[in-house]
Amino acid sequence: MEREFFLLLSGVATVSALLVIVARNPVHSALALVACLVQIAALYVLLGAPFLAVIQIFVYVGAVMVLFLFVIMMLDVRKESQRRYLKHALLPGVVVLVILSGELIVLLTQSTKLHAAMGPGQTITTQPSVEALSLLLFQDFLLPFEVASVILLVALIGAVVLARSEADVTPVRSRKDHGEVRR
Amino acid sequence: MENVLSLVPVLIKMAIVVGVLLLLPLPLTWLERKIAAHIQQRPGPMRVGWHGLLQPLADAIKLLTKEDHIPAEADRMLFSIAPVVALVPPFLVFVAIPIGDPIQMFGTEIALSISDLNVGLLFILAVSGIGVFGTILAGWASNSKYAVLGSLRSIAQMISYEIPMGFSVIGVVMLAGSMQLSQIVSSQQGLWNVVVQPIGFFVFFVSGLAEAQRIPFDLPEAEGDLGAGYHTEYSGIRFSLFMLAEYLVVVVLAFLNVLLFFGGWLGGPAFLPATIWLLLKVGFFIWVFMWLRFTFPRYRYDQLMAIGWKLLLPLSLLNILVSGFVML
Repeated sequence: MEREFFLLLSGVATVSALLVIVARNPVHSALALVACLVQIAALYVLLGAPFLAVIQIFVYVGAVMVLFLFVIMMLDVRKESQRRYLKHALLPGVVVLVILSGELIVLLTQSTKLHAAMGPGQTITTQPSVEALSLLLFQDFLLPFEVASVILLVALIGAVVLARSEADVTPVRSRKDHGEVRR
Repeated sequence: MENVLSLVPVLIKMAIVVGVLLLLPLPLTWLERKIAAHIQQRPGPMRVGWHGLLQPLADAIKLLTKEDHIPAEADRMLFSIAPVVALVPPFLVFVAIPIGDPIQMFGTEIALSISDLNVGLLFILAVSGIGVFGTILAGWASNSKYAVLGSLRSIAQMISYEIPMGFSVIGVVMLAGSMQLSQIVSSQQGLWNVVVQPIGFFVFFVSGLAEAQRIPFDLPEAEGDLGAGYHTEYSGIRFSLFMLAEYLVVVVLAFLNVLLFFGGWLGGPAFLPATIWLLLKVGFFIWVFMWLRFTFPRYRYDQLMAIGWKLLLPLSLLNILVSGFVML
């Protein structure tokens, strides 16, 4: 049963991932990406990590992709989709393709050797729980956790600063005319 | 074979949930129109059936037999899947919602939920966050300015209010020490969370109203300035799917309010089965949502954003801080 589910989910994930790059319309691409992310979340459930699955849906599907679509909707998609970005992209594309497929072939053929070289990994015996995860995050990995949050904060402030400097170009007067609508 | 047999109770439960949820909007539309009418001192629907009881059926037949119109410039595929996308999340949420303690039946213990996930609350918040995709798709695929404006508004609104909504339940999770809904309910034995977490409840209730896009936060479909918002171009059965989704979101919110803050199925009188008591509370909350709709005017857009970011978000953070201090 598990194998059938895995085949179904990974099949749909692969097809939708392919659609992301094949679709002409950016909105269709974004939606295919949403489908792909949902399938991956389902794969996490299959692997016994429901917390990760829910976070995946929360962050990627619920927040990141919604913002992507928000931005795409502001553009004139029908015109943009006709334009070709990255002219002369064929050569770099082929190079990246060769490198990636080489990596994959190495991984597939040498995986048993690599596994042996890495030594026995830790096997998780208990059912992973939210409590265990939070203890791990706030005790063992407290410093990286805090550093990550500070980096995110810096990125956030940086984004606000960048957005601000562009907004200042528009005269303040016209903003006042609209009853000072600030967001 | 045994694997297949263990699936049977789950499938039966799913069938029951889907069936009930599909039929539930029928009485709810009748209720909403009646409440509206009585608040405005008029009788409301009276012609079809006793006190208009069969009015929803007549409405349903009307909607199903209407022409299903797709605008010429619309993105046909997205236009037709948008109502379904809007409908799926409210159904999915019910996977994690328990309606009572496990009961004994046919010699086995049957849990009164499809799956009592140990990340249940997080799952519910995440899945209800997906609900916005239906709105986005409908607005964008219609290729009409009212629809696009409506869906832009609703994206901004849903993202803004998801944050205080998520933060406001952290206090509850801290008290229960778990994100499993059945444990959250059993942690309220004796004292409901609404007494301990009044700020949390207030923030959750208000941001829930905004997430469901009901008055006073129904700017995405403000009929005064946007036609009907994101579903302006929809008609017939596709429109009725959007209505269905909207009512189900209200039901989900009523369930969450009761389970998280009003003790779920606990604290009822002894002669009532716990599940009935839970459903009574849920019914009360649905009634409150409808009552509010015909009592409040609509906020302006900048007021909406100010309430979300400048009032609810700090309040919910304060709530976490205070509960943390009290618990330590």
